[in-house]
Amino acid sequence: MNKILFLFTFFLTLNVQSQKLISGKITYVNESNIESVLEGVSVYWEDLSYGATSDFSGNYSIPSSASSNKLIFKFIGFKQDTIEIGDNKKYNHLMVVDNSQLDEVVVNKRKKTIQKSYFKTQNIINVSSDELLKAACCNISESFETNPSIDVSYSNAVTGVKQVKMLGLESPYLLITEENIPMIRGASQVYGLSFIPGTWVESMQITKGSGSVVNGFESISGQINVELKKPYSDNPLSVNVYSNNMGRNEINIHGNKKFNDKLSSGIYLHANKNSSINDNNNDGFLDQPTSKAFNLFNRWQYINPEKGTVSFLGVRYMKDDKVIGENTKDMVTIAPWKGEINTSRFDSNFKFGYVNASIPYQSLGLQMAFSKHDQNSFFGSRNYNINQNSFYSNIIYNSIIGNTLNKIKVGLNYSYDDFDELVDKNNFFTRIDKSIGGFFEYSYDSMDAISLVAGIRYDIHNNLGSFFTPRLHMRYQPYEKSVIRLSLGSGRKASNIFSENQNIFATGREIKRNNVLGKFYGLDPEKAFNYGISLRQGFFINNREGDITFDYYVTDFDNQVVVDWETQGELSFYNLNGKSFSKSLQIDLEYQILDNVLFKSTFKNYDVKKQYNSGFKQNPLTPKNRFFTNIEASTNENENGSKWKLDFTYNWIGNQRLPSHTSLIDLKGSSPSYNLINSQITRVFSNKFEIYIGGENIGGYTQKNPVLGGDDPFGTNFDTSLIYAPIHGALFYVGLRFNN
Amino acid sequence: MKYLIIVLLFVSSLCFSQGNNLKSQKVSFNVKGVCEMCKDRIEKGTLKLKGVKYVNWDIISNNISLIYNSEKLKLDDIHKEISLLGHSTDKHTAPTEIYNNLPDCCKYETLSIH
Repeated sequence: MNKILFLFTFFLTLNVQSQKLISGKITYVNESNIESVLEGVSVYWEDLSYGATSDFSGNYSIPSSASSNKLIFKFIGFKQDTIEIGDNKKYNHLMVVDNSQLDEVVVNKRKKTIQKSYFKTQNIINVSSDELLKAACCNISESFETNPSIDVSYSNAVTGVKQVKMLGLESPYLLITEENIPMIRGASQVYGLSFIPGTWVESMQITKGSGSVVNGFESISGQINVELKKPYSDNPLSVNVYSNNMGRNEINIHGNKKFNDKLSSGIYLHANKNSSINDNNNDGFLDQPTSKAFNLFNRWQYINPEKGTVSFLGVRYMKDDKVIGENTKDMVTIAPWKGEINTSRFDSNFKFGYVNASIPYQSLGLQMAFSKHDQNSFFGSRNYNINQNSFYSNIIYNSIIGNTLNKIKVGLNYSYDDFDELVDKNNFFTRIDKSIGGFFEYSYDSMDAISLVAGIRYDIHNNLGSFFTPRLHMRYQPYEKSVIRLSLGSGRKASNIFSENQNIFATGREIKRNNVLGKFYGLDPEKAFNYGISLRQGFFINNREGDITFDYYVTDFDNQVVVDWETQGELSFYNLNGKSFSKSLQIDLEYQILDNVLFKSTFKNYDVKKQYNSGFKQNPLTPKNRFFTNIEASTNENENGSKWKLDFTYNWIGNQRLPSHTSLIDLKGSSPSYNLINSQITRVFSNKFEIYIGGENIGGYTQKNPVLGGDDPFGTNFDTSLIYAPIHGALFYVGLRFNN
Repeated sequence: MKYLIIVLLFVSSLCFSQGNNLKSQKVSFNVKGVCEMCKDRIEKGTLKLKGVKYVNWDIISNNISLIYNSEKLKLDDIHKEISLLGHSTDKHTAPTEIYNNLPDCCKYETLSIH
């Protein structure tokens, strides 16, 4: 949806008319006699028919005026200029510093890297690319480590993959979209987030609760939308290099080129390699897999303001190979436990947006995406292969009822997925999911105290049946700094039991499925309701801003596929028979301690329980309580843009219930609580160049025995999935960023 | 039958929103103002008039663009209502007492755009 919104505002600011555009670059000569770009210059026609402002690269564009040919350039601290416009379309302009003006009082407010809005109806947290820099490594699954709304943990002891959770529920219950196209789902559910390099991301939007109906019925606990960099607005060249003490090296290179006013293209390359053997806990198993990966993305952007259109075309290829298992270097065993996870993926997508130039509140968007995902893997003597081909398309029309306070969105989605799996030796599964759905969303915004988004969709799915999905969000803002939000909605999904629970394969557990002749591996689809309330109160203490947020969300399952790890040597999948819920409480406090120091602190309490065959129990490996603190500080920026930035994150993770296993007997069913510290220092030399160093898990806390039954890795007691703490100790890294 | 629900959902809401596009008039004129607060006041106040569908006021050019239903509202009334918010237009000057009650930052007769 942001796409359409983006389009909307984009065209509003350009004041689209069917006229030609005058554009150019505005520069000035700075103190060191270098010509640099000037942002924020007012550019307008003498008769005030149109006005525009130069952007951060100094570019402006303004529709030609029928009534004036004198263009005025005005900026505080510079001499005002008027130039006559002839037949050309391009007018670059050099501004001259005006020393006669008095020094201005500059009101400077630092832009926060995580922004929570008072005005949006839904509980959406916007994460900017600056926030992503705080966790330098490496891909977006790791970038959430400085964000308290999302929990990150290792999914098992051998693959090095981190999984995310929100509101106490695993990532399959989240709808993860890339520019509003459902993306990390099915086969890519577990590893998918790690396939999006952090440097490609422009921003992320995290929605707590059921979210909008526009993107489908699958979101249950929330949505994460990832906006990638756009060739039109990204830097012409950026390079990011990263290296850590565990032997991981990464490089990211982006190049963008504008062919003309309308057409631009970008190439984004990511590669990483980890060839060193790390077994710091001396259990004979690699703490991190050796791996190499390669990811290439080419995207094209076409903007035509005269016609009111924007389109994107993207093609991407990714390959990732991991080798896991026993360290065979000085081993005498004849048959070591080894594994490989080889993934390749092809994606392509096309987007088109049209805004009616004479009626700016009407717009039309079309999205189409195709992907092919292949994973071939083995874990000791177990195999797991999955191939998924997907097609998704979405058409959406925006308009109003009466006036722009009452907006509507209507549209259709079509999706097609075909799955082909091999599990263990000879269990083959194939499935085709097809669905078509229509949605209608109404939003009301009084522009002050009240707003509401109410949506409904109806889907016809070959395996899930035909059903309605309602969603409702309300916002009430009684005072300027207080907001109350309510949300309510339902969601459904097919459970891809093997791809969502791949950590089963690095165990000796026997897989048991209670086949009740459902459509998904003999099991029924999952269905849940989510409802929640969020209260936010802003305040000023000592003239500095802060706020406190209180979120309480409940997810109630009608049906769930229970993944039962309770019995040693077995893993059972069965339909829920009884209750299952997740109740999540989160209290956030944020306060600007000093001009350059922002303090954030969060307490979370999760109550996630379900009915297992062995009783009604708390979810295993889910901490009931967590505490998070982050401090971000920087020095004042010097004239050449240089400064220091510091970021410090402290996490306390409470006890977690452990499923029973003979090797964990001393812990008596509950993991100890522990602390995690991450920190990073960045030296910014100029707007173009910076170096960062940092550490993760600086205290070095690790789980004592991440690999259970490792002396007999082909036996039934072998288990690498019962992970409650980091596997490797302190990790240190260094890297650099260059932007041109 | 099932598919009919989707089609109905789509088509009916399209018709609903397209309904009176034909009576829509698009106009643009000058409204005096100097700051974001002015923008807020002008846009909110204008959008509350029955028949006004869309408003955008640009600070730098002082230009308001609006789309309204000409059967429900006369252009002169729009000018008048905006002037009653405290902002003078091409045709109507804001009453002095209303202008005087504007917050200091919005005193466009004496301030420049900020």
